Amino acid sequence: MQNKTKFFDRSFHYALLVFVLTTLAVTLSVVVVLLNESSGFFAHVNLLDFLFGTKWTPLLEPKSFGILPLICGTFMIVIGAIAFALPVGLAIAIYLSEFASYNSRKRIKPILEVLAGIPTIVYGFFALTFITPLLKNIFPEIQIFNALSGALVVGIMILPMVASLCDDGFRALPPSLREGAYGLGAKPYEVIRHILLPASTSRIAATLILAISRAIGETMAVTLAAGATPNLSFNFLDSIQTMTAYIVQVSLGDTPANSIEYQSSYAVGLVLFIMTFFMNVIGNLVLAKKPLEAM
Amino acid sequence: MTEPIIKIEDLSIYYGEKRAINQVSMDFCNNEVTAIIGPSGCGKSTLLRSINRMNDFVVGLRNEGKVLYRDKNIYAEDIDESEIRRNIGMVFQKPNPFPKSIYDNITWGPKINGYKEDWEKLVEESLKRAALWDEVKDRLHSSALELSGGQQQRLCIARAIAMRPEVILMDEPCSALDPKATFKIEDLIHELKESYSILIVTHNMQQAARVSDRTAFFYLGDLIEYGPTKQIFELPKKDQTQDYIQGKFG
Ligand SMILES: Nc1ncnc2c1ncn2[C@@H]1O[C@H](COP(=O)(O)OP(=O)(O)O)[C@@H](O)[C@H]1O
Ligand SMILES: [Mg+2]
Repeated sequence: MQNKTKFFDRSFHYALLVFVLTTLAVTLSVVVVLLNESSGFFAHVNLLDFLFGTKWTPLLEPKSFGILPLICGTFMIVIGAIAFALPVGLAIAIYLSEFASYNSRKRIKPILEVLAGIPTIVYGFFALTFITPLLKNIFPEIQIFNALSGALVVGIMILPMVASLCDDGFRALPPSLREGAYGLGAKPYEVIRHILLPASTSRIAATLILAISRAIGETMAVTLAAGATPNLSFNFLDSIQTMTAYIVQVSLGDTPANSIEYQSSYAVGLVLFIMTFFMNVIGNLVLAKKPLEAM
Repeated sequence: MTEPIIKIEDLSIYYGEKRAINQVSMDFCNNEVTAIIGPSGCGKSTLLRSINRMNDFVVGLRNEGKVLYRDKNIYAEDIDESEIRRNIGMVFQKPNPFPKSIYDNITWGPKINGYKEDWEKLVEESLKRAALWDEVKDRLHSSALELSGGQQQRLCIARAIAMRPEVILMDEPCSALDPKATFKIEDLIHELKESYSILIVTHNMQQAARVSDRTAFFYLGDLIEYGPTKQIFELPKKDQTQDYIQGKFG
């Protein structure tokens, strides 16, 4: 009997270990493939030209591989999405944790989770067929594919995550903190503004970073809403292209493998990987701090 | 008995269907220390928190009866609960200073309530009254979380005092503290009595005997006996009180 349990424990232990190692191996091989394919690219294109060039025309002659327009496109999406999702998400979280009754909370939380589970391509169609026409009423000169619509739809996509993480943050604060504040005659607004928000800054910062890294990585909805025109203009009404959208474009097109255009998507992927990797590392570092240390 | 400042009339408190306080009527006197004792779960905290409406936050809690502060029912429609809490301060079981500086812990309450003060003076006075000034006067702007547990609790008392309340409610204020810190708080309670009416919940009978003028004994939500502390401890009228004080249950 003893031995049997022991055997079971052991096998279970090893089975889990195999899963962990597999995950690690997959991650590692992704990095290796990225590095390997990009090295082919960097044999032809100067690293500095790649990082600081202002023109991205890999499929047109004369070819130019300056990644800045793609980074610019990505950042426009990120900035727009965060500008929408952070305030709205915070407001939802404050409502959920401080004002909502137990019952409305029970109803709202699952809605957020459903929103988070909708395939991103559906959001893309939503942007194209709903958000963009709506925006056209406000800005008649807007293009069919435009950064604003893409940014907004990404904002809507990351909203559930932002709201949920901020809500968790507020609920993680000890109830005694609220009691102390209300016990001094404070009103809910003052408690939120002066006590709860400052005590949650590290949580909110971590949420922000994770949200940014999701917005950077978002692909299908952005491709559909914002188009495929690399652009360094910072004009939200124009079509742009993000790094991820470019990678999709190359994967779906008929560029031959080993061509420089093909390899360029790996170089872009490598930049993307490095950016999101650091974002996640920073996010987790911030999140590891105890809620009250930030002040 | 001096003039009562708080009168409880026929108060029952329910958590859902469960009744935690059972038709209690009692008065609390001005400038006295009243101790509320009784075994764990008998409703001491529930009763105390009903006096400055901290129970408002508990979902499913319901009151019947009245709590009168200066002859006004604090549960009446037209009452501003913030004003009640300004006048009836509270010190909690676990020290809960805000994650701010010592100075800001004192000034935050009066500031948001629109007091106009000489802030330096208010901080000094409040900390002196809470017997904390000498220990922290050189680091008023460092975080309150760096203080020891006992110091934090005295800071919470200073924070309550800074609001210039009339009544201070204390819910087992020493239960998280070591004996030395506990004695300091008890000394402090003696001094504060001059200026405030204090209601203190404690499960520690020696503490009740040491600090209070009157003692109320609760059991299972009922007020069993209430009278001068000396009489409750030396000549209790009810057997249950006698048994509890002699440590036969609890
Ligand atoms: N939030 C709550 N919800 C439901 N029941 C509660 C709640 N708080 C306290 N009670 C119950 O009410 C009774 C009195 O609790 P409490 O006032 O905390 O007692 P004491 O402070 O004397 O230990 C206990 O039986 C407790 O289980
Ligand atoms: Mg209690």
